[in-house]
Amino acid sequence: MKILIKNGHVVDPVNNIDKVTDIFIDKGVIAEVGADSELEGLEMEVIDASGKIVSPGLVDMHVHLRDPGQEYKEDIETGTKSAAFGGVTSVACMPNTKPVVDNEALVTYIKSKAKDTGYVNVYPIGAISKGLQGKELAEIGEMKFAGAVAISDDGRPVVDSGLMRRAMEYADMFDMTVISHCEDLGLANDGYMNEGPTATAMGLRGISRASEEVMVSRDILIAEATGTAIHIAHVSTRGSVELVRQAKKRGVRVTCETCPHYFTLTEKAVEGFNTNAKMNPPLRTDDDVEAIKEGLADGTIDCIVTDHAPHHIDEKQCEFALAYNGIIGLETSLGLSLKYLVKTGVLTITELIEKMSVNPSKILGISKGSLAEGKIADVIIFDPEKEWTVDINKLHSKSKNSPYDGWTLCGKPEYVIVNGEIVINQGILL
Amino acid sequence: MKQDLLGLKDLTAEEIMNILKTAQTMKLIIEQPNKKTPHLQGKTVVNLFYENSTRTRLSFELAAKYMSANAANITASGSSVQKGETLIDTAETINAMGTDILIMRHSMSGAPHLIAPLVSASVVNAGDGMNEHPTQALLDMLTILDKKGGFKGLKVAIVGDIYHSRVVRSNIYGLTKLGAEVILGGPSTLIPQGIENMGVKVFNTVHEAIIDADVVMGLRIQLERQKKGLFPSVREYHRFFGIDEKRLRFAKPDALVMHPGPVNRGVEFSTSVIDGEQSVITEQVTNGVAIRMAVMYLLSRGGFSVTAE
Repeated sequence: MKILIKNGHVVDPVNNIDKVTDIFIDKGVIAEVGADSELEGLEMEVIDASGKIVSPGLVDMHVHLRDPGQEYKEDIETGTKSAAFGGVTSVACMPNTKPVVDNEALVTYIKSKAKDTGYVNVYPIGAISKGLQGKELAEIGEMKFAGAVAISDDGRPVVDSGLMRRAMEYADMFDMTVISHCEDLGLANDGYMNEGPTATAMGLRGISRASEEVMVSRDILIAEATGTAIHIAHVSTRGSVELVRQAKKRGVRVTCETCPHYFTLTEKAVEGFNTNAKMNPPLRTDDDVEAIKEGLADGTIDCIVTDHAPHHIDEKQCEFALAYNGIIGLETSLGLSLKYLVKTGVLTITELIEKMSVNPSKILGISKGSLAEGKIADVIIFDPEKEWTVDINKLHSKSKNSPYDGWTLCGKPEYVIVNGEIVINQGILL
Repeated sequence: MKQDLLGLKDLTAEEIMNILKTAQTMKLIIEQPNKKTPHLQGKTVVNLFYENSTRTRLSFELAAKYMSANAANITASGSSVQKGETLIDTAETINAMGTDILIMRHSMSGAPHLIAPLVSASVVNAGDGMNEHPTQALLDMLTILDKKGGFKGLKVAIVGDIYHSRVVRSNIYGLTKLGAEVILGGPSTLIPQGIENMGVKVFNTVHEAIIDADVVMGLRIQLERQKKGLFPSVREYHRFFGIDEKRLRFAKPDALVMHPGPVNRGVEFSTSVIDGEQSVITEQVTNGVAIRMAVMYLLSRGGFSVTAE
């Protein structure tokens, strides 16, 4: 398939391109960037991208596809379909499935099912410990060779600091990124939301910021002491941002991510016992939201990810204490980021594409996030000014657990090209 | 439009006073030799209790029966809950049998808030987790009103396990709306972060908390909190936070001694204080029936607002 994207504002941070030009895609790869009159007359799909942004497809390095084992929430087909509609052309999926992705066979299963039914690229993340039990290391090397790009026990912390250290050292040998879910369970207090006046007034046990920050601090210190690398998942507090900022200044090999809900919502969203505002880490305060934005602006926070966490309605429409943690996010992350970070001047579009595509690719060590000639063509086209309203029933995930129903956002991908093929054309799935 | 009673957070000062005034009338019925009125004749009241309760459940049941309602009780241990039925399904089932008022107690904060929009019955919160216990606070307020004649400028000290107490949250909402000052006392591990934002003062010593108080309310200390490491022992708790006659002298001489029960004698209060002249603990229990009669009566008549039919 030959595709010519004409007159779009191409934003390609890796190659320092930020101008109106054309992109020619041929045989699945970026064949040429720049206007070329000689192309005219060739048999090909021509997309007029005037007034729109053309960028590398988004890379979301923190997604739960629930496959295998919890296909009633989501599966690889529906999860990647939702990703495609969100402009996410590559997802890295977390291993807390049933069974847990802690060996080569499960990695292979995900790769092969994604090849058969997926709409976007799927990169499995393997477990740090067998069965996420925090006792023995999973077969990290074998998973790497089966195609896993990182390891994480996401959903729960690696409680044993000694095991965490060994995981980081062992994974470093295989050049595998370690992603840490930072939570001190004792300080988490079996809580249900951020600790503070709002939780107190609602009679809900609170989760201290220290629960997250103690572990962020621990993992940074392990990385520093051993010279290994760590990626901190879903940063939600001012303290965590500051810990990462200081560690980066000291030269520690630490990177981190946050999610749109940590810069668009606060604990106030929980009022009325709204289970779609229940997540882990919990929504925090205005001050934390401000700190997250500062961390994004000054480069402390490397990535924006969704932590897309589909849950069945029965797992959300229930007592607050029993409701599962997390929300879906693949189709709202670009719109929320454009509206609440770019429109407000926190980030430029170039910086946003770095955080949603370039940096995650680097951290995972995958060849994405660039429109260089010869690269496999994962490209999205969107109008950052165009407003749209979230209708939860029109999203494509199997699950509907989003707090953003009815919100007006900016910028919805109109064209999504994955591996050189158009997957979304004028907002319609092909 | 049906009304619920989910918490005092949602009521205005006028609505609270309306309930208290109605309860004062209801109290006259309880004092009669023949305790029966037709106010709820033909209405069905169901007590759905997911947690153990003696006084609250009995008090709702008697209140319903004194007003001629059909009253039934369901407890979690003897129901389909044991078979894994969800709260929503259980509540909808009870509702479908013609229930007019559904009294709910649940160990999880927000449980009645989940059910209220889904059923046609009026939902009355009889205690949800650590959130609210509105009829308990109302009966506490009725007791204070009867003894002190009003709320403006009163100092109400509440001492004990503030963290886990739904009684305290409802009392804070109710008492501050009516102009009383609420002061909390207890060990720092049993005071939840940010409770000052609810408009109260907090102290970690008993004498600071109860000094010049018009009302001294104790809250039950549960042994299970000791096991979770929130305080070292009941003995040490009593030494630093228990109230005996000597400590009670920090409060005003005519201060009321109150407790939502059940009391641990020799822990929150010494026996001499519980049985002393200032204690109104038994009257609180009587007022509990009157309050529950008033709440159900008003709900069956359209709600708590003074203008409601």
